[in-house]
Amino acid sequence: MWEYSDKVKEHFFSPKNVGALDDANAVGEVGSLACGDALKLFLKIDPDTERILDARFQTFGCGSAIASSSALTEMIKGKTVDEALKITNQDIADFLGGLPKEKMHCSVMGRDAFHAAVAGYRGEPAPKEHLEGELVCECFGVTDDQIRRVVRENNISTLEEVTNYTKAGGGCGLCHEKIMSIIAEVRGQLAQETPEKVRVRRPMTNIQKIAKIQEVMEKEIRPMLQQDGGDVELVDLEGNRVLVALRGICTSCPSAGLTKSGIESKLKELVEPDLVVEEVAG
Amino acid sequence: MNVVYLDNNATTSVAPEVLEAMMPFLTQRYGNPSSMHSFGGSVARDVAKAREKLAGLLGVSPQEIIFTSGGTESDSTAILSALATMPERREIVTTRVEHPAVLNLCKNLARFKGYTVNWLSVDKEGLLDMNEVRSRITDRTAVVSVMWANNETGVLFPVEEIADIAYEKGALMHTDAVQAVGKIPMNLSSTNIDFLALSGHKLHAPKGVGALFIKKGTRFSPFIIGGHQESNRRGSTENVPGIVGLGEAARLALENIQEENDRVRRLRDRLESGLLASIPAARVNGSRRHRLPNTTNTGFEFVEGEAILLRMDDKGICASSGSACTSGSLEPSHVLRAMGVPFTAVHGSIRFSLSRYNTDEEITYVVEELPKIIMFLRSLSPFGRENLSSVCIAQ
Repeated sequence: MWEYSDKVKEHFFSPKNVGALDDANAVGEVGSLACGDALKLFLKIDPDTERILDARFQTFGCGSAIASSSALTEMIKGKTVDEALKITNQDIADFLGGLPKEKMHCSVMGRDAFHAAVAGYRGEPAPKEHLEGELVCECFGVTDDQIRRVVRENNISTLEEVTNYTKAGGGCGLCHEKIMSIIAEVRGQLAQETPEKVRVRRPMTNIQKIAKIQEVMEKEIRPMLQQDGGDVELVDLEGNRVLVALRGICTSCPSAGLTKSGIESKLKELVEPDLVVEEVAG
Repeated sequence: MNVVYLDNNATTSVAPEVLEAMMPFLTQRYGNPSSMHSFGGSVARDVAKAREKLAGLLGVSPQEIIFTSGGTESDSTAILSALATMPERREIVTTRVEHPAVLNLCKNLARFKGYTVNWLSVDKEGLLDMNEVRSRITDRTAVVSVMWANNETGVLFPVEEIADIAYEKGALMHTDAVQAVGKIPMNLSSTNIDFLALSGHKLHAPKGVGALFIKKGTRFSPFIIGGHQESNRRGSTENVPGIVGLGEAARLALENIQEENDRVRRLRDRLESGLLASIPAARVNGSRRHRLPNTTNTGFEFVEGEAILLRMDDKGICASSGSACTSGSLEPSHVLRAMGVPFTAVHGSIRFSLSRYNTDEEITYVVEELPKIIMFLRSLSPFGRENLSSVCIAQ
C-alpha cells in the first residue's frame, strides 16, 4: 500500500477542475490507455495577456495521477503562460506534500501535458521528445531525450529513479544498460557546467514559501516543542520575516530566545537560507 | 467503519475455532514434540492429530504430508526435489500464469541452472490447450508444475488429467493448490499427483504454516536439512501452534466445503451479476465455468485499478487489482496479459475473493457502492466517452 500525503488524498478524493472545457484554446494530451495513465489538459488562455484564465483536466490513472492533475490545474490557474512554464514536476510533487518515489512519473505527466498544451497554443510543433529522439524503452515508449531531461531536471543518478520518473526500464529490462549510459553522459555534462548554473533554485512564490514553512513547522518543529509542553504558530509572512507566536510553556520559558533561533535555523536549513524569525504576540 | 473483506485470496481471517485450538500451544503447552519427557512428547500427539485432519481434507494418508512454513516453501521443496531425484531429465513444464512462487523459481532455474522450461500458454478464458500440454510433456520432462486454481482469476486447471499425462511420460507432477485447498473437494489418493503445495493462511489458519503432500513412493530430496523432524523430510522444530491451527482449519474446511460451493458461490454470483448489470463496459476475466466458487475478477474499462481500490478502501471495502500501479512494478498482471485481456480492461481489473464469513448484506453494500465509484472515476477519465452512455458520465 502506498503512503500518500493528506494533500494527495485531498486532491484524489475531491479533485479540483475536473472535466472538459468547451471554450478551451489550448489542449495537451499525454499518456495512453496501454501505459496505464493518461492526462488531457484543457486551458483557456487570454490571448492579450497570455494569462491562464481557466484550466480543467481529464485523467485516467491511479490516485497520484489524478491528484497530480488536480494540483497542476490549481497551480497554473491565474499565472501567465511563461510563469507556468517554469513549474517543474518537482514543484507539482512539492505542492502535494511529496509523492512516493515510485509515483514521480505522475508529476512528470502533469508537467508534460502543460508543455504540450502551450506548444499547441503557440503554434509550435508539439514537444517532439516522444517522436524524435531514439526510442530507448519499448515497453513504455520512452525516448533518450525524455530520459535526458528528467535526469537533468531532477538531478537523477540511478536507473531506479529514471524508472520512477519516466517508467522507462520498468518492463522487460532490455534497455537498462542504455539508460545507465544516458545517466552517465548527462551527469558528465552537469559536472562540467558551472555549479551555480546547476544548483540555483528559482525563488519561491509567497504561497509556496508559506506552504513549505507550514510543512516544516508541522513535521519538524512543533512535534519537538510539544514534547516539552510548548507549541508555536505561524502568524504571518512578510517578505522574509516569519512572524510566529509561541504557545504553551514556551511563552514563559526563559530560553524562549533559544527556541526562536532553533526555529529559525530549521527554517533556514529546510526552506530558504534568508528567512528571519520574529516573535509576535499571538 | 465496518470492513467488508473481499480479499480472501490474499489472506483470510483466523477462524475462532482455529485460534481456540492453538491457544494452549502458545501458552501452557509449549513443549517440544521431540522431547523424551511427557510434557513435550505429548504435544507430538497433537501434531499427529493435525496431520490426520489435513490428510482427511486432501484424501491422503497422514504419512504423505509434511508441514512447512507456507506455500512458497512447499513449491520450492517439490520442484527442487523432483529435479534432484531425476538428474537425467533437464526439462520443466509449467504455465505462464503461475504464482510467483513457481514462476520465478522456474525462471531462476532456467537462467542459473541451465534447465529448459516449457511455458504453457492460456487462451482468453485463461484455460490451457490440452493438446499443447500433451505435446510439451515428454520423456525429457522431470517435473510438471501446474497450479490447481489461479489466484487472480480463480480459473481451475484439470491437474488430475495433466497428472495422468505426466505419469505416462515418467515425469513427476506437482500442483500449487494454495488457492484450491478447502474450496473444492479433493481426493488425491485416486490421482497421479505426486506433490501438492498448500498454505494455512488461505484457509483460515494463521500465516507462517503450510504443507506439502508427497505421494507415497515418490523419491524425495529435502529442501531444509537439519534434524529428524517430519520423518527426516524437513529439519526444524515444528511450528506446533501453526500446525495445530492448520489441522483445525482443515477440519473446518472439510465441514464447510458444501457451504463454500453453495452459499459462497451464490454470494459471488450475486456480486458479479449485480456489478455487470449496473456498470456498463464491465467484463469478467477468466472462464466462468471452470472457476473457484469464491473468486471473480472483473474488469472495468477506462478506469484504473488503484484509483478504484483507494475509493473502495474509503468505503471500507477490501479487494485487489491486477493494475500495474498497485504493485511495485509498472507492469500489469502477468496472468491477465497472458490471457490477452485488452489494456482497456486490464488496468481496471478488480479481484473480489469471498469466504464463508461474508454475508448477504455485505454483497448488497458493495453492489450499491461500486457503481458510484466507477461512474465517478469515469467522469474523470478522458477515455471511453463514445463507448458509454451519457447516463454514467453525468455525476
